[in-house]
Amino acid sequence: MEMQKQRKFTVSASPHVRSGETTTGIMLDVIIALMPALIASVIIFGAKTLAVTAVTVVTCVLSEYISRKVMKRSNTIGDLSAIVTGMLLAFNLPVDIPLWMAAIGAVVSIVVVKQFFGGIGQNFVNPALVGRIVLMSSFPTAMSTWAQPYAWKGVAAVTSASPLAEISTMFNGGNVSAAAFEANQALPSLGEMFIGQRQGCLGEVCAVALLLGGVYLIARRVISPLIPVLYVGTVAVFMFIAGGGSFTFMMYEILGGGLLLGAIFMATDYTTSPINTKGKIIYAIGCGLITCVIRLFGSLPEGVSFSIILMNILVPHIEKLTTPKPFGYVKEKKGEKKA
Amino acid sequence: MAEKKSLAKEFTKGIIIENPVLRLVLGTCPTLAVTTSVESALGMGAAAAIVLVCSNIVISALRKVIPQKVRIPAFIVVIAGFVSIVQMLVKAFLPQIDEQLGVYLPLIVVNCIILGRAEAFASKNPVLASAVDGLGMGVGFTASLLAMGTIRELLGAGTFFGAQIIPASISPMVIFILPPGGFFVFGMLIALSNRISEKKGKPKAELKGCEGCPMAATCSMKGDENKCEGGEKA
Repeated sequence: MEMQKQRKFTVSASPHVRSGETTTGIMLDVIIALMPALIASVIIFGAKTLAVTAVTVVTCVLSEYISRKVMKRSNTIGDLSAIVTGMLLAFNLPVDIPLWMAAIGAVVSIVVVKQFFGGIGQNFVNPALVGRIVLMSSFPTAMSTWAQPYAWKGVAAVTSASPLAEISTMFNGGNVSAAAFEANQALPSLGEMFIGQRQGCLGEVCAVALLLGGVYLIARRVISPLIPVLYVGTVAVFMFIAGGGSFTFMMYEILGGGLLLGAIFMATDYTTSPINTKGKIIYAIGCGLITCVIRLFGSLPEGVSFSIILMNILVPHIEKLTTPKPFGYVKEKKGEKKA
Repeated sequence: MAEKKSLAKEFTKGIIIENPVLRLVLGTCPTLAVTTSVESALGMGAAAAIVLVCSNIVISALRKVIPQKVRIPAFIVVIAGFVSIVQMLVKAFLPQIDEQLGVYLPLIVVNCIILGRAEAFASKNPVLASAVDGLGMGVGFTASLLAMGTIRELLGAGTFFGAQIIPASISPMVIFILPPGGFFVFGMLIALSNRISEKKGKPKAELKGCEGCPMAATCSMKGDENKCEGGEKA
């Protein structure tokens, strides 16, 4: 030991220069970025938000710990990724969901999607989104029973369908002009939608809090703005055209549903999104297009989770298409013999 | 004595080591389609097992008569005959099962397991061994379907053989009786059976050679593994 300490030079394999960035640090940044939305949700939906979030987070961490133990692998709960998955899953659930259902979603996310495929960095789709989709197909009623904003305070509100379902009905009715939106009493105004005074999953409602988190992540260079901006942009352009140039319709589509939550926090997951810029562009536009197609022509009002999962599955193929050419590489001409 | 031992081996191999569904991955279509309830899984398993045993016996008895070049049509005719008999019997005595199985009952004709056993075993082995092989495979098929049906019905509907097991107040996970749940349970059971056989020192379920290859019955490259196109090379 003494000898080793006196050595001036250590011999080791590359890389020799490391940045201070660690998985734990990145996950901590994501947790911080999710905080505004969590706080907003507690204000809007009450303390039950915290109960749902606590159940999913604790179940995620526990199932990660247990499955790593059972599979005799090194334990990875210290990297905080299970906490992020738990929070994201909770953000994708309605506030009144029975807690045991939330726990099942967390087990599916961690055990089936993440650990069965090898743990962090190996999952082929976003764990939290699969948790949500499994719950949605298993318990359709509980997953689409929305609480009214401020209902916990006893504020009486007009019972209505979720904003997206309402917009979908209006779109199918063929009238999406600004006047029609104003006339529809069942819909919150755009300003209310922006601050989160609407029905929805507990983390998706408050657009301003989600944007705040997004700006933090971009400022900390945890995510690049490319995927969120292109994803939301694609939806905006598509909806603007589909709505016959109605700006109000476009804004409702952007603020309604889980688009911002999905674009900022889910589509940007490192493991399940492409590495280079070209790939990211294809991926984000694909997410946007599938979301729009499901929202406008599908039987479900929301398509964000399915579109991200579908593009997650395509990521290996996108990577293959967009692998950069090495410097000086000349494409072999057809018919030419190999050297 | 030695013969008895090998007969027992022919029987048990179909249940675990060469389980047609979980190890050879044959007959996937009925496996996924009819296992939404235990009742239809049992019906399907029993019907397929009866056809399998009967066709194995007849094909094995005729193995020296059937010309090599037209063996596949000949096998199919024998199998189709037995399927028709079973279908008529089920229609007459168990109309409820017939309704549940629907098109999958006549489709036993083209079930890979039955044709596969006829090609791989019955056409090369004596009658008694073929009958035992068919019985073992049939039991293995039925057991896998029952396992899937039990898991799917219990979790997806909260019932077992139609009887309420999980209290109705707890809503069941509908996804298990939907197609994605079927694939999910199927994958988990394959993983489990791989794990069990691995512990026994048996190799993982892999396509090795032409034996057990789903394409084997119709493959023109049979026996020449270097030219093999379907499946993985040995």
